[in-house]
Amino acid sequence: MLRIACPYCGERDQVEFTYGGDAASGFPALADADLDRWTDAVFIRDNPRGEHRELWQHQHGCRQWLYVVRDTVTHAIQSVVPARDASPAAGADGR
Amino acid sequence: MSEQTGRLDRGGRIDRSRPMSFVFDGRAYRGFFGDTLASALLANGVHLVGRSFKYHRPRGIYAAGVEEPNALVGLRQGGRHEPNVVATTVELFDGLEASSQHRWPSLDFDVMSVIDRFSRVFASGFYYKTFMGPFRGAWMFYEKFIRRAAGFGDPPLEPDPDRYEKGHAFCDVLVIGGGPSGLAAALAAGRSGARVVLVEDGAELGGALLSRPQGGDTDAWLASAVGELKGLPNVRLMTRTTVFGAYDNLVFGLLERVGDHLPVPAPDQPRQRYWILRARQAVLATGMLERPIVFGNNDLPGVMLASAGRSYVNRYAVIPGRSVVVFTNNDTAYGAALDLKAAGADVAVVDVRGAIGAELDRAVREAGIALHAGCAVARANGRKRVRNVEVCVFDAVRGRIGATKSRLPCDLLLVSGGWTPTLQLLGQRGAPLAYDDKRAMLIAGAVPAGYRVAGSAAGEPGVRQRVASGMRQGGAAAEACGYAPSPEPGVLPVRLPDEPAMTGIAPVAVIPDPPGAGYRKKFVDFQHDVGYDDIALALSEGYESIEHLKRYTTLGMAPDQGKTSSFNALAIAAQMLGRPIAAVGTTTFRPPYRPVSIGALAGAETGLHFKPTRRSPMHDLHARNGAVFITTGLWLRPWYYPMPGESIREAYVREADAVRKSVGMVDVSSLGKIDVQGPDAAEFLNRVYTNAFDTLPVGRARYGVMLRPDGIVIDDGTTSRLAEHHYFMTTTTAGAGAVMTFLEYLLQTAWPDLKVQVTSVTSQWAAIAVAGPRSRDLIASLVRDVDMENAAFPFMGVRQGHLGAIPVRLLRISFSGEMAYEIYAPAGCGETLWRAISDAGPAFDLVPYGIEALGALRIEKGHVAGAEIDGRTTLADMGLARMASKKKPFIGSALMQREGLLDAHRPQLVGLESASGDMALRAGAILCEPGRHQGHGIGFVSSVTYSPALGRHVALGFVSRGLSREGDVIDAVFPLRGEVTPVRVRSAHFVDPEGRRLNA
Repeated sequence: MLRIACPYCGERDQVEFTYGGDAASGFPALADADLDRWTDAVFIRDNPRGEHRELWQHQHGCRQWLYVVRDTVTHAIQSVVPARDASPAAGADGR
Repeated sequence: MSEQTGRLDRGGRIDRSRPMSFVFDGRAYRGFFGDTLASALLANGVHLVGRSFKYHRPRGIYAAGVEEPNALVGLRQGGRHEPNVVATTVELFDGLEASSQHRWPSLDFDVMSVIDRFSRVFASGFYYKTFMGPFRGAWMFYEKFIRRAAGFGDPPLEPDPDRYEKGHAFCDVLVIGGGPSGLAAALAAGRSGARVVLVEDGAELGGALLSRPQGGDTDAWLASAVGELKGLPNVRLMTRTTVFGAYDNLVFGLLERVGDHLPVPAPDQPRQRYWILRARQAVLATGMLERPIVFGNNDLPGVMLASAGRSYVNRYAVIPGRSVVVFTNNDTAYGAALDLKAAGADVAVVDVRGAIGAELDRAVREAGIALHAGCAVARANGRKRVRNVEVCVFDAVRGRIGATKSRLPCDLLLVSGGWTPTLQLLGQRGAPLAYDDKRAMLIAGAVPAGYRVAGSAAGEPGVRQRVASGMRQGGAAAEACGYAPSPEPGVLPVRLPDEPAMTGIAPVAVIPDPPGAGYRKKFVDFQHDVGYDDIALALSEGYESIEHLKRYTTLGMAPDQGKTSSFNALAIAAQMLGRPIAAVGTTTFRPPYRPVSIGALAGAETGLHFKPTRRSPMHDLHARNGAVFITTGLWLRPWYYPMPGESIREAYVREADAVRKSVGMVDVSSLGKIDVQGPDAAEFLNRVYTNAFDTLPVGRARYGVMLRPDGIVIDDGTTSRLAEHHYFMTTTTAGAGAVMTFLEYLLQTAWPDLKVQVTSVTSQWAAIAVAGPRSRDLIASLVRDVDMENAAFPFMGVRQGHLGAIPVRLLRISFSGEMAYEIYAPAGCGETLWRAISDAGPAFDLVPYGIEALGALRIEKGHVAGAEIDGRTTLADMGLARMASKKKPFIGSALMQREGLLDAHRPQLVGLESASGDMALRAGAILCEPGRHQGHGIGFVSSVTYSPALGRHVALGFVSRGLSREGDVIDAVFPLRGEVTPVRVRSAHFVDPEGRRLNA
């Protein structure tokens, strides 16, 4: 079971959080009507072995969305930052 | 009641002052407190306890602990009945009732044992080869017969009357196992001040020490260690508790059997408790399990693990046989031989090794035990109990066997094929196991961070070494948690005896058949009836990977998860393949280590407590007013308010009728409510709704629809603009949570630059819809500070004012299609608000209505709800295409243009009614072209009701190209009941399509 260090609440158990999907795909600009870009963003996911960028919401806590870098092999969590501070295209530290 | 013929006159750790009576298969027996069901059965001379899984062979008690493969019984009666309980782990209680399983008509005479004669055809893959192939649907046809012939016990049919609990626990050092090394580890960690939890599977601490003769030095050590641990406030001792799973981040699943050892749990106690424990360090002091040797008829009742024989004699004062042959490939079985001899049995030892150590040899000679060195037991003979064994000369190094040399008569054959450390928990973490040639055992390879292995689980040979290793690992674990090591880490309460290390072993797992013999019944996995030949067959068919071998033969897949069989299967496969054991590898271990009842995992979250129940602020009032409630999602909502003697149909028709003719009121507090504030609130709503909200004037409300990014509708509702930067959003009852989460997601991940705050205020507001032609008059009689005139407060207007003393928000919106108002008040004022309106009601013929009438009204009006917004439908599907703004992009605006969503053949929302007389329709019916009832048809019925306004049944549904098919008659097909109803397609707006009543 994961333990996620919420930047607002501290280390909490996985049961307080809800997985919010792949963070790498990002969210295209609404004005962008390009179907391919939207299809990629909404439907196409990588399934990496190792480092994975993903979103979690501290749903039963502060309700903040978090940008988490997790290893899919070891489940070790490398970093947790507020999603609002993390650009999806940024590096592993979320900046 | 029979005598306890197998009970010794003295000794053992049972309490002879507390006799217990119990029943097995309808016969009454006696045992003592401290017995297990298995030891008590053996004390009464009962060896035959079950029939095997596939061949219905007679089986006896094989072990004395959790590894027992044969003695599965059904325990207790009625709702407390539990199948597949391992008799060797059941503590005897007075009045215990158990029965053997999987036999008919009786254990002694089992009809299905005829299968054993034909066992050749039931080999690996038999089911697949025989029943899947011959004809289409063959498996479906045969399955029910196979299930009856093969299997385990029957589940209880009545509800479980007991309670179960779930708890969370935390510690620095978790010590798993209460044997010598576990106790030592807990002592070392506990003395340093660390918070320690020690978990022991059994009822008593001591582990393997309990199977030694009573009163020795080890008993003194045990008493003193347990005494010291009990005095440490930072140490928690949990007996009758199993660590069944090891998960990420040192999280463990524990099952505490609080009341299993009692006839019924104590009144204030649950039956079992499921613990989720988080540790900072874990010490596995899980011990090891003895393994069998595979030879002919090695599954006969009366064949038993040597360690089990020792346990029964020393711990339970039960002598499982008077004439004993011990068959071993290693030193440890001599402990059992000597103890049984001392208890008065005749004992002979058959050892595959040519010679044994001098010290051991002397002890055997002095005890008067006959030793057949360099020999093997090739077959056991007997029918329901072993009578004799065939002993052959055997060369353990070359694996060569000679002809049968002699038949040794016996009524008990103890077997020891070596030991396997219990490392399943490490395996669950994906840790590799390494094969140690010298000790012929799988030991921990790389140990994951935070884990340590101590004692016999680490392969340590003797008690002193095991205790020392526990001390070392427990101390190191505490230190890793930041505790200073205790000043005298190695000091033990009582000095332990010096013992010869019994470490010699010849790695023999299977005995070849003597020349000329062909023994087919050589079992590896007793619980799943998998034999030596099955492994050979699987390998010959190419299932060489150990994982494939396991699945093809089902070896290790029974409830015991291969505790006694996995290693031997591995060794045999390695031998057959000519590869080293390390190269063959092990199968993957997964939780649970022991079966865990579903009840424990569910805990208290059953029935009504499975999920929370949400009630409106007016709930108690509704109940007093005679409302019948219905569960919608988490909410309990008034369904209808029956007058005396009224049926649901009569009640909701009357209620809906009143809404159309006078006025009705309904509790809509369960609607999702979200407060949206900030300078960018208008822009935000413009993005999330398909239609525009920046153009919405203050004091007005607008119906809005939201899409998911993929273009599918997620939810609808009404949003009001209370101020320039302040909106009040409502969502559907069911969609509230998902919409809130989605808004937060967008604001925090996609558009963190928007200055908007969203707050869920669902529980803060009570809400009542007042609907009907007289709704305005009714509300105007109560609200003094708002001009209620149509021109001043038109349809979709929003006002704030007071109803009596209650501050309210008034929204002139309608779900029923009538002139209607939603009145929002602080939740605490809900009851007062409801009373104030209903007190004024009689003058206006006001009727309270529930959600059955609410549903009927919205279906008549053609308004969509959850049955239409089902996660598959688009705006256009629901006839809401005009809701999509062409002036601005919004969530889903790109992907709603996907080819598939623009397909002209997509089902569109229509109204439906019976084409021949007034017939009720069924939600879920498939709509088909007349007479062409195939596949998915051309659509489906989503919502149905009897329409009080029209006086007939109507429905909403989706039909391919439905808008162009008005007037067509198609078939509504309901295959489950074989019904076909011709229905006419028509507009979904059955009542007041122009909306005159709304605007009146």
